[in-house]
Formats: sequence, C-alpha cells, structure tokens
Amino acid sequence: MNELLNVTAEQVLPDVAAVLAGQGVPPGTGVAEDVSAAGKTSLELLKKHAVPAGIVRPVARDVFAEIYRGEGRNEPHTPVGDIFPRGENLALFAVTLGDRVGQIIKELFGSNDFALGAMLDSAASVAADRLAELAERYFADALAGAGKLAPGSAVLRYSPGYCGWHITGQEKLFEHLEPGKIGVSLNESHLMQPLKSVSGVIISGPAEIHDFCNTYPLCGACKTGECRRRIRGLLAK
Amino acid sequence: MDTLPEIRKSVQLGYSEKVAEHTMQAIDGAVDAQRILDEGLIAGMTLVGEQFKAHEIFLPDVLMAAKAMHTGLDLLQPLLVKEGIPPQGKVVIGTVQGDLHDIGKNLVGIMLKGAGFEVIDLGNDVTPERFLEAAAEHEANVIGMSALLTTTMPAMKKVVELNKRGKPAQVFKVIIGGAPVSESFAREIGADAYGFDAASAVDRVKDLICED
Repeated sequence: MNELLNVTAEQVLPDVAAVLAGQGVPPGTGVAEDVSAAGKTSLELLKKHAVPAGIVRPVARDVFAEIYRGEGRNEPHTPVGDIFPRGENLALFAVTLGDRVGQIIKELFGSNDFALGAMLDSAASVAADRLAELAERYFADALAGAGKLAPGSAVLRYSPGYCGWHITGQEKLFEHLEPGKIGVSLNESHLMQPLKSVSGVIISGPAEIHDFCNTYPLCGACKTGECRRRIRGLLAK
Repeated sequence: MDTLPEIRKSVQLGYSEKVAEHTMQAIDGAVDAQRILDEGLIAGMTLVGEQFKAHEIFLPDVLMAAKAMHTGLDLLQPLLVKEGIPPQGKVVIGTVQGDLHDIGKNLVGIMLKGAGFEVIDLGNDVTPERFLEAAAEHEANVIGMSALLTTTMPAMKKVVELNKRGKPAQVFKVIIGGAPVSESFAREIGADAYGFDAASAVDRVKDLICED
C-alpha cells in the first residue's frame, strides 16, 4: 500500500450550503445575494490555494497501544481505549490542506473582509474533514483489496485532542507516522501546523466496536455530541 | 439630509460604500464625531446584534455589517483621536496557550469593535503571563479568552488564578468563551463572565464594565 494519498482540491471541496451551515445558516435558508456570492468566492479561493496531501501508515495493535499511551495524560476511561483492542486493523493517518489557506484567511480578516474570511475558514474545515474521510476510505479500500475487510466490518477514525485522547498523544503518533513528508509538524503545544490538518488512527473491525454510548465520565463536558452523529452515519452504511 | 440614520441603515445592510459615503457627508457637514460614532456606526451595529440574537439574521450578515462599520470607523478614526474621544472600554483578547484556533476570538473582537470598544488582540497561543502583561500595559478593563480544545481550557484557569494574585489595581475582569467552554466552567474557575457567542460576549463585557 502506497502511504501517500493522491488527492486534488476538487475532491474535497464542499458546496456553498455546507459552507453556510458552518456559519450557522440552516440548510434551505434564503440568504442575501452578497452572502451567497461570498460563499462561492470562498470555494474558489479554497480550490486555488488548497494543496491537499495525506499519509496513511498501518500500525500493529501493540505498537498503537504504546502510541495511545502517549505521555500518560489520557482520561482513564475513553472510547478509543476501549475500541482499539477490539480492532482488527489499524492505521495512523495525517492529512492537510497546506499552509496557504490559513494565510489567506488571516489576510482576509486583516483587510476587514470578515465574512469571506470566516467562510473560507468554514470551507477549509469541511474540506479537511472530507480529506480525513478520504484517508479512511483509502485504508478501507486497501484492506478490502487485501481481503482483510470481513463482511459487517466498519472503519472509523479517531483523533488526539478529542474524547479523552490527550493532545500530547500527537507526539508519539507523529514519531511513528512521520507526517513531515506531507509538510505537517507539531508546535510546542502539540498542535498541528498547518492548522487545517487532521491526524489520528483509523480502526477497522466489527461495526459494533465503534457503537459506544456517550456516557463516559468525560462526555459530561462535551457540548457537541458529534460522536453519536458519526456512529449513526457508520451504522447506516 | 440627516446622515446618521443613513449610516445606521447602511451598516445594518452591510453596504460598505454607502457607509463610507454617508460618513464622509457627516464629517464634511461638521456633525460631531461622537454622534457619528454613537448614533450612526455603533447604533447600526447594535441593531445588527439585536437581529442576530433574535435569529433574524445569520453570522455572514453580521460580518458584512461589521465590514461596513469598519469602513466608516476608519474614516472617523483620525477625528476621534484628534478630539480625544475615549473608547467604551478596553478589552485584551486572545486564544489561550496551546490553542491555535482564532476564528471565534476574531469574531468577538469584531463585535466588540463594532460596539465601540478598543480591542487589543494578542492572537493565538497566548501565555497566561502575556494576557496579564498586556492588560496592565494597555490599562484594560477586561481580559477575554477563547479556547476550542478541551485540553487547552485549563490555561484559562491559570490566567484567572494569576489575575487574582495581582495587585488590586491590576486585577482585571475576565470573560471566557469557545466551543467547549460553558457557564458552569466559567463559574468553576472563577471567571467573571461567559460569552455563549460573539453577540452575547459583547453584552457580558458591557455588564462587566458597568460593574467596574
């Protein structure tokens, strides 16, 4: 399996509705002409300046256990901690849109073009997530091609910084993945640069291993409930 | 023609060119700079804020209006400086140490400026010490902190603790916000206020300054 993803900006571009949704505009809501025009311009800018890249590297479960342990700062009981020991195949991944998009967003805010800057930010966030989804699919296809994806299996990704996997976990993940190859690095606070990047682990296994309830102690502080949406999406496939 | 209602309306509709045109008319017509600011630009943004809170308009509309407001403000700024008109208050804002996400913080800054505050934006990944140094240096009324990651929220607590250890004259009001932050977290760490979104953050900052 080739580790590096070959992806174009067109493959991850969202539509205007998704950009507006990121700005709190409900689907189907009529917006002013200049707002709609700014949404379209944000996508043109994203298409022009995004340089999508990704890396996916399979990892053995025992090696991932060490990576996941990280610097020992995870919550004691987490979804990923329960899921990965039951996973059949695991891969580390990182994806990025490159650093130019972030620079353009800053420039737009600096020139008081707030609406366009915020829309480009939303568009880039959606695109980065789509890119991560492509990495997930890429790994799933590679597993299927190698006959390692049993019927009823499901593949889902998890990232440090969420659901109790402490952000310091990025350090070990990066040591093993070497995402410098796609231009992604960590700063002193363990955050990725460029900002519009996503990293984590992709886990394949029986679909039910991913179906956890958001009743972990750490879930009390979560305001998004994003995990349930992802699980519903997975189980619907 | 009374230009102030025109300025208000043009800000509300996000028409930058019209705001510039009417602001220039007002300046040329020797309308008091404080009135242009309060009854034109800020009043326009206040209406926008009200509409946003009432869910009549959405964030992009607010940001279009903010751009229009800034167009007028840029023209008015030299007069405000010349006449020594003070801002509504000074707010030091930043994204806490360890966090690089600054869009939410930027939105709060835009809305605060729209409400007539002077905003000192420290950017992202700001150390607790830097928040307090900047607040002292600029004689700020309020420190505003933003975080997007749960893992960076403890940095807010650090700022609150350091702030409370300061000399009485250098203890600042603190407001926090960001996706994972809540009212209860603000209370738990001893922050003075929590801003659910950019519009409510402006209201809370106004409350804090009134209490000051």
